Amino acid sequence: MPLLIEQALNGVQLGFMLFLLAAGLTLIFGIMGVINLAQGSLYMIGAYATAAVAAKTGSFLLAAPAGLAAAALAGMSMEYLVVRRLYARDHLDQVLATFGLILFFNQLTTILFGRQPLFVEIPPFLNGSVPIVEGLRYPVYRLAIIAVGLATAIALYVLIARTRLGMLIRAGATNRDMVRALGVDIRLLYTVLFGVGAMLAGLAGVMAGPILSVQVGMGEQVLILTFVVVVIGGVGSIRGAFVGALVVGVVDTLLRAVLPGLLRQLMSSGSEADALASGLSAMGVYMLMAIVLLIRPKGLLPAHG
Amino acid sequence: MSLKGSISAAALALFMASPAFAQAPVKIGMITTLSGPGGYLGQDVRDAFNLAVELEGGKLGGAPVQVIVEDDALKPGQGKEIAERFMKTEKIKLLTGIIFSNVAGAVVPDILDNDGVYVSPNAGPSNFAGKECHKNYFVVSWQNDTLHESAGQNARNLGYKKAFVLAPNYQAGKDAIAGFKRMFKGDVAGEIYTRLDQTDFAAEMAQIRAANPDVVFQFHPGGLGIAFMRQYAQAGLLEKTPMVVASPSLDSVILKAVGDAAAGVNVSSHWNSDFDNAANKKFVAEFQKKYNRLPTYYASQGYDTALSIAAALKATGGKVDDVAAFSKAMAKADFQSVRGNFKFGPNQHPVHDWFALKVEKGADGQLALVTKGKVLENHGDFYAKDCKL
Repeated sequence: MPLLIEQALNGVQLGFMLFLLAAGLTLIFGIMGVINLAQGSLYMIGAYATAAVAAKTGSFLLAAPAGLAAAALAGMSMEYLVVRRLYARDHLDQVLATFGLILFFNQLTTILFGRQPLFVEIPPFLNGSVPIVEGLRYPVYRLAIIAVGLATAIALYVLIARTRLGMLIRAGATNRDMVRALGVDIRLLYTVLFGVGAMLAGLAGVMAGPILSVQVGMGEQVLILTFVVVVIGGVGSIRGAFVGALVVGVVDTLLRAVLPGLLRQLMSSGSEADALASGLSAMGVYMLMAIVLLIRPKGLLPAHG
Repeated sequence: MSLKGSISAAALALFMASPAFAQAPVKIGMITTLSGPGGYLGQDVRDAFNLAVELEGGKLGGAPVQVIVEDDALKPGQGKEIAERFMKTEKIKLLTGIIFSNVAGAVVPDILDNDGVYVSPNAGPSNFAGKECHKNYFVVSWQNDTLHESAGQNARNLGYKKAFVLAPNYQAGKDAIAGFKRMFKGDVAGEIYTRLDQTDFAAEMAQIRAANPDVVFQFHPGGLGIAFMRQYAQAGLLEKTPMVVASPSLDSVILKAVGDAAAGVNVSSHWNSDFDNAANKKFVAEFQKKYNRLPTYYASQGYDTALSIAAALKATGGKVDDVAAFSKAMAKADFQSVRGNFKFGPNQHPVHDWFALKVEKGADGQLALVTKGKVLENHGDFYAKDCKL
């Protein structure tokens, strides 16, 4: 039983990690209509900036804001210099341009930091593990990821639903020209919004640094799973991204955790069962996506209606 | 393209400076992985290869050489295109550099079909080591399985009885687990194939804890290994269950990125920076002087590859055109390897020694890989018996 609780926690934690990535992506797409493939690069920038500042100062508390600021700045300059020219174009042009940005950022990172992966220490106050139930200790850092993810979800909800900025954002998504006619600087609004989306990706990068490897191309590894989350949740919907991320996180983890044991009991050959289990669990989330698309083509919680 | 340009320019400059102007340089095509998470592997192979050329004043075995480097980006298709361009446009006969077995699988047959010579500084997939072996195909590094056979033997020597094994679900991962089991011979408490794009290993950690093995063997090269090792330590498993790995899962770059989470891990390797032989001392010192970083074992293989080519060029008087004669000279392996004992087996894969290393704090308080003793002596590979050359 502790094992199952642990695996469920693992799933939830992976889900929150995915949510941080997916929220920015879906925010930018839902409101500005831009497919930003370079979201993974912003995640990488957040992680690298954190690693660099942590290595210089030795303090994670200084490094984390630096990571967020770097990602937000990179995101806003990306919007100002490149993406702004693409709002009127179709999605294929946006995909092409932001794919180019991925190559650009990967090469830039290689030039600045080299090809060797960087080391980020777990901040001392988040190191170690705590008992959850009898016979189960869980790493504090992973609990911190859950807490940060939850706080981000609440903050985003308040921002979009309860503030003036959120109101403008929602209005801008519905009718861009009308908002502009009322005297709102929609271009500035979009730049800020892009910065917020970038900061979310940066936050994911900051949190991922101490448990993953900070290296060139780390963004592309998570990008596909992030898109799966966005599609399952409903493109453009933050609530959808939240639900989608948790569903994907839990399903993926539980399949990896439970399937091998289950198949080993059903099949005679152990190593064949292992191979089949790993194949099936790798397909799991994609099959889930296909099923969701069959039943609800707009995702679980679509953005508009 | 600028990369290629600058390297050929550098080679050209060296070539101009040398007095032996009469001979046109031997072109060597290097297809390697320089971008993405595996980029540092190719970088080390390239840099060490170039170091060997530079130490000889732009020559290998007395013959001026020009090394042309291209990045395959870990894409087999891209590797194939580069190989074709090298052979058709640049008229290159001698190729090297491939890091990953899946790229080698696509590129090497093309090279051999075009009567070229390929000398591998890293990938040694099983399918080219047995029946499909070829007289113009050399592997200086190792056959993939033997890396993990050494880990299996190491685990057995250390007295472990029950192992939990994990590797990514692709050819080299399967070779790894097969190789480990071939020599370990104990019980396998669990066998998990992870995904090549996996970043979170929490589910696997929980399963390892539940199975309660004596020892964990895992093969996760590059960034995968960093994430795995750190999460292993964070899950509190490192104090409880020792880990045995082969060198790809814990090279000096990974060690730096993993930090204290790697302390005490048992590694087995054919080379380590602390090897006490003249060739190695020179290599490690020169490499650090030029690039200001510790060489990984990938670098040692890049360097050995250059030395093996140098020996063959010396024997043929700097000619590669007569491919049969060049291959014959290559097979003699008449060079001083930085790893000590080295010769080619019947399938032109290495026969060499394997050593047990351990991650320990050195005199400077930094974690380092320290050589402990020999695991296997004059070890060839499992597939050599199927090779009829």
